This record gives sequence, structure tokens and C-alpha cells, in this order.
Amino acid sequence: MANITWKMEDGSEISADVNDGLNLMEAATANNVPHIEGECGGCLSCATCHVFVDPDWFTKTGEIDDIEDTMLEMTDVERRDNSRLSCQITASPELEGLVLHVPEP
Amino acid sequence: MARPIVVLGAGQAAASFVSRHIRLGSEANLHLIGEEPVPPYQRPPLSKNYLLGVLERDRLFIRPPQWYVEHGITTDFGSRVESIDRDTKQIRTQNGDIIAYHKLLLCTGSSARKLPASLGGDLPGVYTLRNLADVDTMAPGFQAGRKLLILGGGYIGLEAAASARKLGLNVTLLEMAERILQRVAAPETSDFIRNLHQSNGVEIRESAGMKQLCQSGGRVSGAEMEDGEEISADLVLVGIGASANTKIAEQAGLDCDNGIPVNNICQTSDPDIYAAGDCSSFIRDGHRVRLESVQNAVDQGDLVAQVLSGADLQYDALPWFWSDQYDCKLQIAGLNTGYTNTVVRPGATHNSQSIWYYADDRLIAVDAMNDTRAYAFGRKIIAADKHPLPEEIADPNTDLKALAN
Repeated sequence: MANITWKMEDGSEISADVNDGLNLMEAATANNVPHIEGECGGCLSCATCHVFVDPDWFTKTGEIDDIEDTMLEMTDVERRDNSRLSCQITASPELEGLVLHVPEP
Repeated sequence: MARPIVVLGAGQAAASFVSRHIRLGSEANLHLIGEEPVPPYQRPPLSKNYLLGVLERDRLFIRPPQWYVEHGITTDFGSRVESIDRDTKQIRTQNGDIIAYHKLLLCTGSSARKLPASLGGDLPGVYTLRNLADVDTMAPGFQAGRKLLILGGGYIGLEAAASARKLGLNVTLLEMAERILQRVAAPETSDFIRNLHQSNGVEIRESAGMKQLCQSGGRVSGAEMEDGEEISADLVLVGIGASANTKIAEQAGLDCDNGIPVNNICQTSDPDIYAAGDCSSFIRDGHRVRLESVQNAVDQGDLVAQVLSGADLQYDALPWFWSDQYDCKLQIAGLNTGYTNTVVRPGATHNSQSIWYYADDRLIAVDAMNDTRAYAFGRKIIAADKHPLPEEIADPNTDLKALAN
């Protein structure tokens, strides 16, 4: 389990304990985080679960593969160096305290 | 009291509507009524990871069941609606409950076509794949070494074939038309997908005329072909398309014709009744289309929530689709309806390529196989209404990203 925090542009936050093995798109929709849609269910076809990872955490969220890298070109808010598709980040104890910033189109 | 909005049908369109409605902070009370006894869930994994047993049931749900309670939404899952009375603006459920609406949203979806009983369609061991309950019923029979016969070479049949092969079943797939995916894709895409399945051990028979299913001991035992050949099977999956669930709308006197026609804000012929998802049909590029897709369900449901909150929007989302079979990721952007020619673009690896559809000199759609760059930049190019020359697309040295930006 890991406690994950999503920060909105207006400064509001949503935090939740996420079970190991769930991806953070699923966790976001389950906790009603705005702007995280996850239309394709996590199969890298929609780019609607875009997040900016807090720079301190970026490397801990794992590698970006070619498909994710390409789909990051499709996000509503333009990608940055710390962009991820949150369906590709899997919860694990190492992510305890992770902070994700939610882009708002 | 706020004026109630009633949503009939609890699939992906309904879930999208409800989510947007809650996010907008709209005051209207929501009442969500679905025939299936579960909250809205994702259908795409049913034929794939859920059938394979690698995705737990709870992970299919779009929102956890308690989410609806926490947001003050009245839900009736497992409830059938008997009729809509448009004069009094009320609906009647099978239990005799009367529910008043100010606005009504129809998200009744579509149903898998069944093989007629006269051809053996209701024999035990014959399945269709549409709902969670369908997969829960058939999955225990999907055991290694058994023979699965699939009728229909569309996406459902092909995805089920891939899952069944992974589970170790012997799979034969019959397609009545000249080629699999004939209704939805160009011959090049059919060829690619046929090769994929054949190399994974599926026997694919096209132009296959089946006479009827056969039985033995009260269960399906195979199929008799028109030429007299018999193909034996332990299980049969019928994947011959779906039809829009319009009965309740027709009974209420709404115009219906292969779906419930809606205008560009998803409004039906009754201004207080909207329709979204598989059950609706709308005009796109001058053609009336009805789409069975997550994208359309989600985007239409979302649009209706915004329109009912006073937004001035029109539905013009670019359609997109996907299908995962074995290790092949097929991603589609645009609609190829009315295409006149295609261009094949080789991918970066031997098992990747993309098929680009043109209507004369207008680029209208792309099918990308293991080629997310073609899908992603193709989607951008089409959405931007750009029309690169076919020779540019066919040239693997052309930078798609540059064309898109």
C-alpha cells in the first residue's frame, strides 16, 4: 500500500491509500480526482490520465516505454519533462508519499 | 426540489454523464437505472483480461459502488423499465414504480445478435459476449484442450479467439463474408489480422457457409456446413454483431432507425429526451452513423452533462477505437466510412504497419498495428483536418510528428 496525493491547480488535494498492484489512473478515478479520465482503461490509447510527477519522485515511478512516450504527445495539456500517463504507474510501497500534479485543460 | 434527471441504462455513456454531472456541481437530482445488477463497468476487458482471469472483477467498475451513494445518486441496478410516458414525463419500472423526469437520458446500449434458435442458437454451450454475466457464464468452460468454434470474424470474435488460444483452447473461426473484418476495415488490415491469428494457431475459414449448429446429448456439439462437412466443437461463441436497444424509445413514439437519431447535442426527436452511446445515431461528415465504442459513449455522455448545465457545445469528437489481440495492439483513429483508397505505411518493425484511408484526397482514418506513432500522429493529423499526400504517408522516412504539428 502507498499513500498517494493528487494536487490540483487551485491548490486543493486528494489523498488516498492505494493497494499494491493497482495503477494510479484506476486509483484516481476511484477517488474522484478531476481530469483523470482513463477512457481506454489503461491500454495506452487515450492519454486521458496525464499527470506531472513531483520532480523528487520522477525516477521512482519507473521507465517510460516507447508507446507511453508517443501517447504523451496526445495529452490535452502539453507534456513536460516530468509527464507520465498514470495508468502506467503501479502502486507499491516504494511510492509511499508520492505527489502527482493534475494538469487542467 | 431540483428537477430530476433520469438516466436509463448504466453502461459507459451513463457513467461518463454522471461523472461530469457531479464534477460540474449540477443541482439536479440524478436517478440511474440499469438492467444489469451491477454499477457501470468497462466492457473492453471482458473479451480480454477478464476472460483470461487476470483482471479481477472489482477493477472493471468505473467507479466503486459506494461512489454513487457518496454523491447522492439514486441507483436502481438490476431494474427494468417498462415504459416512458412523454406526456406526463414519467417512466414506469417493471416493479410498477413511477419516476418523474425533467430530462431523460437514454443510454440503453446495444445487444449481441443471437443465432436463431432454429439454427441451434439456444443450445447449451452457445454463448454471446457482451455483458459481465455472459463472461461469468462462459469462462469456466474455457479450458485448455477444448474446441471453441467462433461464428463471426469481427472484433469480439477475434479478441475472444486470441484469449481462447492463450488459455490453450483449439479455435476455429468461421466468417460468412469473403474476409474477416470486412464490414469495418480494408483488405490490408484483414490480411494482417488473419496472419496474426493463423500464426497463433487459429483456423480461420472465410466465405464459410454454415447450415446449422448440431447437438449431442442436449448440448452443442459443432456445426454442419452447407457442403455437408461437420466441424466439432465443445463451445460456440456467436459474434455476429450487435443491434441498438431502441425498443423502449420506439414504444414511447420516438423516431428510431438503426438507433435513436440525435442532433448535434445528442437530443432526440423529443427535446426533453437525450440519447448517448451505442443506442444513438448521429450525423458525421454527412453520413448518419451509429458507433459501438467506448470513445463515443464517453464523449456523448460527457457532452450531454455539459449541455444540460447550459454549455453551448456541439458533438464533433473524432472517433477512435482499439483492440488488443495476442501481442498486437490495433489502434484506429477516424472513421473509414466512404473511403475510396488506402495507403500502407510500413512500421518500424516487421510486425508493425499502418493503413491510411482516403476519401479521394481527404485523409479520413488510420488503422495502426503495433504502431502507436501512426495512431497518435494520425489522430492529430485527422483532427486538424490536414490531408497529406498519400505518397508522403507511404514513405517511411516522412516524419509523422512534423505532419501533425
